[in-house]
Amino acid sequence: MIYNVVILGGGPAGLAAAVAAKKEGAENVLILERDRELGGILNQCIHNGFGLHTFGEQLTGPEYAERYINEVVQLKIPYELNTMVLDLEDHGELKIIHAINEEKGYFPIETESVILTMGCRERTAGAIGIPGYRPAGVYTAGAAQRFMNMEGYMAGKEAVILGSGDIGLIMARRMTLEGAHVQAVCEIMPHSNGLVRNVVQCLDDYDIPLKLSHTISFIHGKDRVEGVTVMKVDKETLKPIPGTEEFIKCDTLLLSVGLIPENEITRKAEVAIDGKTNGPVVGELRQTNMPGVFACGNVVQVHDLVDFVSEESVLAGEGAAKYIKGELDTEINFDTKNGDGISYVVPQHVALKNVEDSITFYMRVRKVFPNHTVKAYLNGEVIAKKNAPKFLPAEMVNFKIKRSLLEKYPNGEITFIVEEKPEKKIKL
Amino acid sequence: MFDIAIIGAGVAGSFIARELSRYQLDVLLLDGESDVGNQITMANSAIVHAGYDAPSYKKKGQFSSTGNVMYEKTCKDLDVPFKRTGSLVVAHSAHEMMTIHDLYKNGLKNGTPNLRIIYEDELHEMEPNLNPEACGALYAGDAGLVSPFEIAVKATENAINNGVTLKLDTLVQDIKNNDGSFTLKTTTGDYEAKFVVNAAGVYADDIYNMVGDPYFKLLARRGVYFIFDKEIGNIVNNVIFPCPTKNGKGILVSPTVHGNILIGPDAMPVKKGEICTTQDRLDYVKANALKNVPSLDFRKIIRSYAGTRNTAVKADFTTTDGDFIIEESPVKGFVNFAGYESPGLTSAPASTYYVVEEVIVPMLEREGYTVKVNENFNPVNKRHVYFDQLSEEEKMEIIKENPKYGKVICRCETITEGEILDVIHRSAGATTVKGVKKRCRAGMGRCQGGFCQPRVVEILAREMDCRLDEVMYDKKTDAYMLNGKTKSVEEDA
Repeated sequence: MIYNVVILGGGPAGLAAAVAAKKEGAENVLILERDRELGGILNQCIHNGFGLHTFGEQLTGPEYAERYINEVVQLKIPYELNTMVLDLEDHGELKIIHAINEEKGYFPIETESVILTMGCRERTAGAIGIPGYRPAGVYTAGAAQRFMNMEGYMAGKEAVILGSGDIGLIMARRMTLEGAHVQAVCEIMPHSNGLVRNVVQCLDDYDIPLKLSHTISFIHGKDRVEGVTVMKVDKETLKPIPGTEEFIKCDTLLLSVGLIPENEITRKAEVAIDGKTNGPVVGELRQTNMPGVFACGNVVQVHDLVDFVSEESVLAGEGAAKYIKGELDTEINFDTKNGDGISYVVPQHVALKNVEDSITFYMRVRKVFPNHTVKAYLNGEVIAKKNAPKFLPAEMVNFKIKRSLLEKYPNGEITFIVEEKPEKKIKL
Repeated sequence: MFDIAIIGAGVAGSFIARELSRYQLDVLLLDGESDVGNQITMANSAIVHAGYDAPSYKKKGQFSSTGNVMYEKTCKDLDVPFKRTGSLVVAHSAHEMMTIHDLYKNGLKNGTPNLRIIYEDELHEMEPNLNPEACGALYAGDAGLVSPFEIAVKATENAINNGVTLKLDTLVQDIKNNDGSFTLKTTTGDYEAKFVVNAAGVYADDIYNMVGDPYFKLLARRGVYFIFDKEIGNIVNNVIFPCPTKNGKGILVSPTVHGNILIGPDAMPVKKGEICTTQDRLDYVKANALKNVPSLDFRKIIRSYAGTRNTAVKADFTTTDGDFIIEESPVKGFVNFAGYESPGLTSAPASTYYVVEEVIVPMLEREGYTVKVNENFNPVNKRHVYFDQLSEEEKMEIIKENPKYGKVICRCETITEGEILDVIHRSAGATTVKGVKKRCRAGMGRCQGGFCQPRVVEILAREMDCRLDEVMYDKKTDAYMLNGKTKSVEEDA
């Protein structure tokens, strides 16, 4: 049997993409999931705050996943659990996926199109190279979250957290609620890398200090963590300032120092990758440069809200359905570019005929910008603007532009730039 | 009463145990750590040197050349991955080329095969990412790569299968010489043995001093390393050494047998056991690695660590001879296998054959033993399945045979539950998370166990029939991973 769409990953992106593809007319859709259940990382996110944009109410991670899983079941979309994809082969109109699991063994799956939804993983202590010993008790925030929320065991009793990513902030609160003591969250940047609401609800409400412009310069303890040395860093160079060393006794160090899209399969299949996002280069319907291969969710760009993952994944599902029906336009009208102050833009290009009413460009700013405007330039002309009281690196900027507006312009490059607002003239 | 007790189950101790198991002897192998190969063996350059650099009059020169030749068969029998990649000692000036010529001449004396001096064009064709300023090199085609802890584990496994007893978490605290036997007082009780082999790594001097007057001292010199993602695994094809100086071999850039890139080590005198990395030494290693391979991308680092060398200094602490100490000590019946630093890993097959055949067996015979050959000795280990390296057909076949090979636990390295169960249930099997990692690489990849560690803990707990929080990362006494149940789980219960 040849599938219409096979989806690599049954997390929030994969679930939403599967539902959208099926609703848009793809008959035979299959989800492949490497873990023991659908839902992906949402299963261990037992805090609430999910779904405000999508459902207008606050759900926990498993509740949010359940809504989509129910749809998958209702639409009779089959899925394989505990299944690992080893390779993706492109044979033009046919893709072959090499997968393994315990029941079926090693099995190839033939499909017309593929949606990549493998998500992302956390940066590790090894990657950031903290000096010192290498004892037990150094965990990524996500691993500690799994131990605590899925297995019901404490990762430790006295913790320091390095990095103010959202999982780190959430875990600071979680550990506190479970009776552990979180001494501090250290963030090397002068601003938090997590959402403002998480800083307030997870740290401020529990009197956990957020030490901005601080890092950990040494891990103590040969067998189990016995403490860390915390140092203040220079705001420009981010190097520790000698003389600012502070020893904090603790038995656990959690890391929340960034997320990296998991594109091993993507790279092996030679799908083009954007060095700025570390995800595949995609178009408006999340088509990659390999015809029939789509990608969405954290494998494309690290999102801060699952609602936006779902939103993006609907596009990929629709795109795959269009592709198999031969309705996907391939003429690219616009490329996008990150200008001053912007670190990346998704999608990287636009085929306007595939856009229904409007297109949302996702991007992140490089640092905190109060009193600024993000402007979209096309061939030297400002075509759209977006204002916010403050642009934060932790909060993705969603920049919506109407199709009707873009239709007025010839093909070209859309550049997004952060610009300072002109000072308001005060009339006397 | 054991015939022989071996103190220390690193590469040296495990190989000696295996060599001794060729004879009908009651051998005890003990180690203070919770796993074999956990100290010096755990963190070094993982290179089987070609054997050109140590002087031929030293044991180091003789055993490294012979050891290299013996590696193929040893690794085949033990079923440990081994690759002959070749090595290059790279010169950047005419002055350094003189050192290259000296090394070449010494290599000829040691009988190192496949050795030649190469110049610019050939060098850069061989290594396109090498610094363009490099003008020549000593090429040694027989240099190879091996995983030191995997080989120590597999040698111990083979020794156990041939009758050796292994005791872990057994730290020797004192030794009593009973004139004709020794009593080892340890953290797990007393053990008696007629003879003792001291292969205690950097602590071998402390162990010897429990029975005899100090005649050598070991200095710990720490080296820090980085491991890179497999993504840049082909940035060099050979082991790249800088031109050596009186301070040592310098910072190398090397592939590993499993396809990563390794850089390091520096050489910093430290207190024993001080295997922490420090910012300045990490920076030093990076800066020096760039001299030969300027395009190294440090964003691809997945791990940094440090290990120790143990350099022997004579007892008056003033002169250094710098050779291995492999001999029956002034204390009758007590053999020292000490000062076993680089090229110790390379020398292991030859030096341990030597100590058994030329030192221990003659010593036993002198003391009235009839040393009988163990007719049942089997040098070959049970096959280790590396799932990732199987062909499609083989993968299909093995999952059909055992479905556990169809369940991937470590995504980064594609390590299956089948492999993890295998390394837990072998003799000298894994009992800790680090033990699993050492034996089958679950957690060695780019996510460093972020995904698989909780699953490995679950598997270990299930197989050892214990609670999750009883599973240790490494040392049984202190390296706990989890700290009791969460409050909400306890309240529910």
